[in-house]
Amino acid sequence: MNVAVIDRQPDISSQTKLGIVDCDIHPYTKSPADLDQFLSERWRKMRASIGGRSRSPFANAPNYPRMSPFTGMRMDSYPKDGTHPGSDLGMMQEQLLDLFNVSYGLMMPLLGRGADERNVEFGAAMATAANEWEAQVWCDREPRLKAGVQIPLEYTEAAIKEIEKRAGDRRFTHVMIPPRGLEPLGRRRYWPILEACAANGFSIALHLGGTSGHPSTGGGWPSFYHEEHPSYPQSKEALVTSLVIEGVFEHIPNLRVALVEGGFAWLPSLTWRLDKHYKRLREEVPHLKRLPSEYIRSNIWVTTQPIEEPERPEDLLATCEWIGWDRIMFSTDYPHWDQDDPRYAFKAPLTEQQKRMVFRENALAFYGLE
Amino acid sequence: MSVPAPGAIDCDIHPALPGMQALVPYLDEYWRAHILMRGLERDNYTASAFPPNAPINCRPDWKPAKGSAGTDLELLRAQALDGFGTRYAICNVLHGAPAVFSEDLSAAMCRAINDWLAAEWLSKDDRLRASIVVPMHSPELAAKEIERMAADPRFVQVLVWEMGELPLGRRIHWPIYRAAERLDLPIGIHAGSSYRHPPTNLGWPSYYLEDYVSWSTGFAGVLNSLITEGVFVEFPRLKVVLMESGVTWLPGWMWRADKTWRGVRAEVPWLEKSPAAYAREHVRLTVQPFDAPPRADQLQRIIEEIGSDEMLLFSTDYPHWHFDDKDALPDGLPEHLLRKLLVDNALKTFPRLSP
Amino acid sequence: MARHVVAPASEIAPGKSKIVDVAGRSIGVFNVNGEFFALINRCPHEGAPLCIGFVLGRFTADRPGEYRLERHGEMLRCPWHGWEFDIKTGQSWCHPESVKARTYQVEVVPGEALAKGPFVAETVPVSVEQNYVVVEL
Ligand code: FES
Repeated sequence: MNVAVIDRQPDISSQTKLGIVDCDIHPYTKSPADLDQFLSERWRKMRASIGGRSRSPFANAPNYPRMSPFTGMRMDSYPKDGTHPGSDLGMMQEQLLDLFNVSYGLMMPLLGRGADERNVEFGAAMATAANEWEAQVWCDREPRLKAGVQIPLEYTEAAIKEIEKRAGDRRFTHVMIPPRGLEPLGRRRYWPILEACAANGFSIALHLGGTSGHPSTGGGWPSFYHEEHPSYPQSKEALVTSLVIEGVFEHIPNLRVALVEGGFAWLPSLTWRLDKHYKRLREEVPHLKRLPSEYIRSNIWVTTQPIEEPERPEDLLATCEWIGWDRIMFSTDYPHWDQDDPRYAFKAPLTEQQKRMVFRENALAFYGLE
Repeated sequence: MSVPAPGAIDCDIHPALPGMQALVPYLDEYWRAHILMRGLERDNYTASAFPPNAPINCRPDWKPAKGSAGTDLELLRAQALDGFGTRYAICNVLHGAPAVFSEDLSAAMCRAINDWLAAEWLSKDDRLRASIVVPMHSPELAAKEIERMAADPRFVQVLVWEMGELPLGRRIHWPIYRAAERLDLPIGIHAGSSYRHPPTNLGWPSYYLEDYVSWSTGFAGVLNSLITEGVFVEFPRLKVVLMESGVTWLPGWMWRADKTWRGVRAEVPWLEKSPAAYAREHVRLTVQPFDAPPRADQLQRIIEEIGSDEMLLFSTDYPHWHFDDKDALPDGLPEHLLRKLLVDNALKTFPRLSP
Repeated sequence: MARHVVAPASEIAPGKSKIVDVAGRSIGVFNVNGEFFALINRCPHEGAPLCIGFVLGRFTADRPGEYRLERHGEMLRCPWHGWEFDIKTGQSWCHPESVKARTYQVEVVPGEALAKGPFVAETVPVSVEQNYVVVEL
């Protein structure tokens, strides 16, 4: 690790002047009851009584306790009224949208939990409510924020209905899927949902998460957050492998996928490995017409956070080049503890052209903005 | 490229059990009766992680006329040993025995495999060395088997699969590491799963190709577990060897693991160094199948990023099919690394190879 | 280099800190068991306001599972990514030799001495009866 003493003033650097697009922002409710106005009587009661039931041991806490309060928020993001970080628009504007001159912020709400609710009808209602809440409570007050369509992943009809309902609403830019569902996302059971995304002009943002019930490693459940946090890239690798090898991009060539909150340094090696083993085992997957690397290059984008920090900072630039600068989109992950600051995230200098692509243009094109 | 000079140490070859029948003479009286009563000698308990006829597991010109690849000693001698001028080759048997759910039956089968290996392979060619097969889900029996086999100096390593019931760093496994460290045996962690859990945290993939690609992600989880739980703090002389899953994933893993450690290390305060530093000191990787980048400058950079010329070990992965002809070495490795990779690193990793 | 009066010593009790602006810099002044230390209020990692982080002890372990908390109140944990810094030296826990938060000289000076100068005391009214925390930069 090289010396990184910052005794410099925060420079309002060029990426900020550009008007950046932040591909991962987490808005929160002030209270879970904030969703009630968008729920029917039946589901309001359900929310307040039995509540959500996922495939994990704790009702209101993650499997792995974080290292700071509010399940791992950056500690200067608590609103004065004691509510949840990320729940106060004024504060979000001050700490993120205005400070960095954000042109657009892509919201990835981690609430409602409709996607992996075991009672799928309740999940569908919660997803719809969360979508209304995003649109009305956030987008309508702050048009720079763009909403993600939440869907109940294990209830295909309702998921498709929700996607179709939001199509054409300019407040929604993407369908948000937490990829740890019951099965790998490339499996055929999910194709109708993925088809609906593409058919309705939505990119999909695969933000890590979901409660599949499967351990975070193929060898069982880790003990520590210190293992869980670095397991996210492996989740992304499995995701890319599944989407590519199961033939999703052969079947839906215009499906565009962003991988959110997994970093990206793992991608080149995965690509090489996929190509190598594909050549040996291609008879098993005759539905693939191109090399895995070609599907990755044409259909998959990555977001930066939590950005990898190589011992030699310039190694990250080589990694970006191997992936393709046009496939990398900046994200903060505000207000989580491991969020990145656009001014300092890259420890090696980008060219003006690279900055424009990573901090702005790639995401504008990917999400069809402007 | 091919191996430049004779004398290399091949750290991963796979003699295969022709069938459970072959184990019968090596079972003790009790377990022989038990197994014959249940007719288990007719079911092969082949590991489903390695379908023997999948092209990737059996190079066409390495398949014997009769039986599965890796079952024929003469062929293995000619191809894997003479073929590459190998001085020593470490035999890793990938049978399903360690995955058998009953700890006792699993242990009995593992014992028989180790004895079979000693009698039918190691005793027939001086160049062969082997790893001790153990029931990892039964740490006490596994440690006992390690003690038993360690009396034979030709056993130079303990063999486990990367994906079993519990992450390999968990303290329940420590009796195994304690025995291994004391007896100068590295822990050889081979690709593969006993499928107690899906091989990915997204669930069960459809295709073998996906499983095969997932082995490297499994190794990332293994390293996270071993390092986080403090295995290398508790057992400072222990080495682990990751086998059959490439190496180019390592720098990305290091960067990410170190990043987490800087902020989360207070959860596991016994870690005095970064995960990458522990890995460089304690972790070794065999090179086949080599997940090479398409360009030479990329490989060059990755080797620099790995940041140690002591981590890589030569392997052919015989009879698995990752290269043709005699091109067992990836192209473009720097000269100084090649020398260490072919011989020196293995001698340092496996103290039992040096008499 | 000038010496800036930043607070009466009594204002920052042991275990407490104060963030002050000195010559355009945000600086955290910490009272660690009666001794004063000053650190720049910017994390060397990504620039977080370091000095608002938790003040903690040092979490250590002789071996896995044997936990120990020592040097109470001497470590500062960054409010973002949780890097830990030694308040007395600015050294980071993870890379003590290469990653440090900038530290400043601090001393406690009696009010009488301040009357003689040279000190910069724009915002803190000084009286001869009190002691003051003085930061040098
Ligand atoms: S900004 Fe302080 S740890 Fe990252």
